Amino acid sequence: MVAVAIEDDVLVVGGGLAGLTAALAAADTGARVRLISHKRSTLRHASGLIDVLGYGPDGRGPLVDPFEALESLPETHPYARVGSEIVREALHFFDAVVGDAYGGCHTTANALVPTADGTVKPTARYPASVAAGLASDARATLLVGFETVTDLNAPLVAAGLEASGVPFPVRGETVPFPGGLRDDATRTRYARALDQDERVEAGSVRVRTALAEAIRSLLRPADRRLGLPALLGLENAAVVRRDLEERLGVAVFELPTGPPSLPGERLERLLFDALEAAGVRVTTGVPVVDFETESDDPTRIARVFVDRNGARVPHRAYEYVLATGGLVGKGIRSSRAGVREPVFGCPVAHPDERIEWSAAAPFGEHAFARFGLETDGWLRPLETDGSPVFANLRAAGAVLGGYDFPAECSGSGVSLATGYAAGREAGLEVSA
Amino acid sequence: MERSTTDVLVLGGGSTGCGIARDLALRGLEVTLVERGNLTHGTTGRMHGLLHSGGRYAVSDRASARECIAENRILREIAGHCVEQTGGLFVKRPEDPDDYFEQKLRGCRDCGIPAEVLSGTEARALEPYLAPDVERAIRVPDGAVDPFRLCVANAMDAEAHGARIETHAEVVDLLREGEEVTGVRVRHDSGPGKRTHLRPGTTEEITADYVVNATGAWAGNVAALADLEVAVRPSKGVMTIMNVRQVDTVINRCRPKGDADIIVPHETTAILGTTDEEVSDPDDYPEERWEVDLVIDQLAELVPILREARTIRSFWGVRPLYEPPGTATVDPTDITRDFFLLDHAERDGVTGIASIVGGKFTTYRAMAEEIADHVCAALGVSARCETAERPLPGSENLESVLERMDAFGLRSPIARRSADRLGSRAPDVLECDGPNPVLCDCEGVTRAEVRDAIAASGTDLNAVRIRTRASMGNCQGGFCCRELAQELHPDHGHEVTMAALADLFTERWKGQRHALWGEQLSQAMLTYALHAATLNRDRADDGPLEFGTFDAGPDRGGETGVPVADGGPEGSGPHGRERTRGGRGGD
Repeated sequence: MVAVAIEDDVLVVGGGLAGLTAALAAADTGARVRLISHKRSTLRHASGLIDVLGYGPDGRGPLVDPFEALESLPETHPYARVGSEIVREALHFFDAVVGDAYGGCHTTANALVPTADGTVKPTARYPASVAAGLASDARATLLVGFETVTDLNAPLVAAGLEASGVPFPVRGETVPFPGGLRDDATRTRYARALDQDERVEAGSVRVRTALAEAIRSLLRPADRRLGLPALLGLENAAVVRRDLEERLGVAVFELPTGPPSLPGERLERLLFDALEAAGVRVTTGVPVVDFETESDDPTRIARVFVDRNGARVPHRAYEYVLATGGLVGKGIRSSRAGVREPVFGCPVAHPDERIEWSAAAPFGEHAFARFGLETDGWLRPLETDGSPVFANLRAAGAVLGGYDFPAECSGSGVSLATGYAAGREAGLEVSA
Repeated sequence: MERSTTDVLVLGGGSTGCGIARDLALRGLEVTLVERGNLTHGTTGRMHGLLHSGGRYAVSDRASARECIAENRILREIAGHCVEQTGGLFVKRPEDPDDYFEQKLRGCRDCGIPAEVLSGTEARALEPYLAPDVERAIRVPDGAVDPFRLCVANAMDAEAHGARIETHAEVVDLLREGEEVTGVRVRHDSGPGKRTHLRPGTTEEITADYVVNATGAWAGNVAALADLEVAVRPSKGVMTIMNVRQVDTVINRCRPKGDADIIVPHETTAILGTTDEEVSDPDDYPEERWEVDLVIDQLAELVPILREARTIRSFWGVRPLYEPPGTATVDPTDITRDFFLLDHAERDGVTGIASIVGGKFTTYRAMAEEIADHVCAALGVSARCETAERPLPGSENLESVLERMDAFGLRSPIARRSADRLGSRAPDVLECDGPNPVLCDCEGVTRAEVRDAIAASGTDLNAVRIRTRASMGNCQGGFCCRELAQELHPDHGHEVTMAALADLFTERWKGQRHALWGEQLSQAMLTYALHAATLNRDRADDGPLEFGTFDAGPDRGGETGVPVADGGPEGSGPHGRERTRGGRGGD
């Protein structure tokens, strides 16, 4: 007797940027799509910027035009697997999904975004909250940090930007954050205070008003824009920013930070909303723990099983997309014995000697940064003999190997391009 | 070239050197100590942090065992804030010899080491993760000691009594006039005084009435600068750090000898040790994978969960073993752990210098006392040693420290950890204007503590690290290195701050390379992504950029490419969906 399974056309495993994009792209073809995710995605770790390619394979850069360099990537690079035309299409697809929440679609040139470390980094798309801060914009800038927000020191960032030769005058100041938040409050807590415009100073003033007042005296007449750590609200970020801009009469922008990253969380929310609008069914909080192949065709996955509070629940689909992330997202796992892909057991090439997994210098050429699945041009993971592991399994995002996204500044772009390609192909396969 | 003079010049800023400097300074002598790296840079900063009860030597070397228990008791008094009285167990597995267990027990009792036999069940009641087949255990007063804190406290007290402590000052020559050593020439990496990155180096000649070579495994290299021969036999050993304390008691394996037989709970971690392999050069020896695998696999026989547990780092230390010429022991594990004071006047006919080799950390104070006695005799000074009675800075009136911590507005786990580290210095350090956020979440280190450490050590963030434990937890500095460096600004400029950051980041990276699998590899990837992608720190020196060629935003006239009207090419975007999102744009 055959057990009944929950059935869809396309099943996407993983809820990060690649999985969300794959699900949207598959739904766009008219397929019936489900996305299954286990833990929270790594979007909250990421800056929220959409990097396509900041540096070429030879380390050249920052690249003005990321698309030009796509052609020179080695054939094992995920971009080379999908082809440069798909990368462009995927970006347009993203632009249409996010609308005016992101900037950068008016040009093929990269933007240089100031970082919390006082460097600039090349990126192709940037959140609206970051837009006013671009380093090629010559407006005089004041950066303001907070005494208790310890990963961004505004005077030091200003000094770093100056050292990078930015074409604008920039100063940094540090102020106390208004209100009685604890010295070790999380960034999310600041965002909530601003979202809700909480009362401070015994209830007499609202926090946004108090913040604007604290900054007003620091602004000089020549200042045209104000940069703050990326904590300006989560739910009402646009309102918070506009409120400060109106009160202070300057453009306001955010400097992206490490985790927890508010721009990353905003993007996650936006994409989940888009999934809902596209009719994608979403099951969160469940890991895929097992799978079965078709009884008459071992090259096809018949169904996967998720663990829901100890119950083994089957899900069946025609096409599967694996977008479980890389080492950080645990789509790639390692132990003293080696490196593996835990859901379907796809092979992951790695040096035998553990010491060769990393380079001696902290920013050296780390083999671990490239750990991941090898695929064919349809993004199907490959066995070591070069044949597809399964005919109906595609992989997307950081679970893929062969690229070093921190060095290249290509993380989001690869997730978008491969997610788009995998989702779209899977969807078309079903409708064909 | 700068020149200076002092009564006694101590070479080496490990536990021995710092102990000697403190002892002599308390006796009223003028002391200068030079160290080529940080304090603890050599062997002291690379040990497992065991405060011996003496149990380990109770069978093979009873003189050492007696000395250990005596010094163990002294350190608990004078260095209370550096010591955690964990207690220790010698545990016996079925395959370990019964008669050795009995010898160990008798040896402890004969040497005055309190020793109590526990059944396997009793041992597991104390340490639940002990293997189910552990048969018996002997409980002894082993402890854990923070070698950094202890060493720094000795140096701090020496300074308080007039000593000059120079770190990052490498001895480049010993000054020898005929049959007398008169001093050294040192190269200050960034000038004398506190370290400041990028400040140009200088050299200095320091002359002294007496020179003490306390450079441990490097003593032979230093002595050779004055054509003296000291045949140190350096032996390496690995220590592997777990991210949590699987045990709260020191666990020793009760068998005659062997590698990989000790687990020391240390602050938030547990340290596994170790191996014992002779090396030819204490600065250049292989760090091998089999050593890490060996300590994990062997110690998992005592504590099985170690086999799959997360390690955050492995490091190697070099024992400064020595044996008198002609002994020629083959196996380094058989070389005595006793220390030797080599009086070069007596030995080589060269006056004004002695070398100290061998010895062990637990008895550093007693060694220092004996050497200080020797120096005083050589200089005709009569002064009594006070180091056995006078508490180190931070260990005075420890009982009342926790009661006073409420005043600093810290959450209780942070307050407790701060008090543990700072001891009686806590009120002085934590009393500050302005907010005092936590900078290192893994270890609970606040800004005030970091600033106190910077005041003592300049831009050397590794010196800040050993004083505070900041960057020594799970993330190995991935999140907090920058936050520590930022505290240097604006007293120091951008360039110096970034150079100091790079130093700390590089040091933290090195030791992780032998721990990169599982969770720690995930952590390493996250750290790499944060620093190289989000912060683009790997490309901080891209050189002059043509800002005008990059996107300046749609309204700023900086665009270089072809504008795209909306959504791109026909059919490639979900145009219908876009409109359903109305109202959410802009955040």
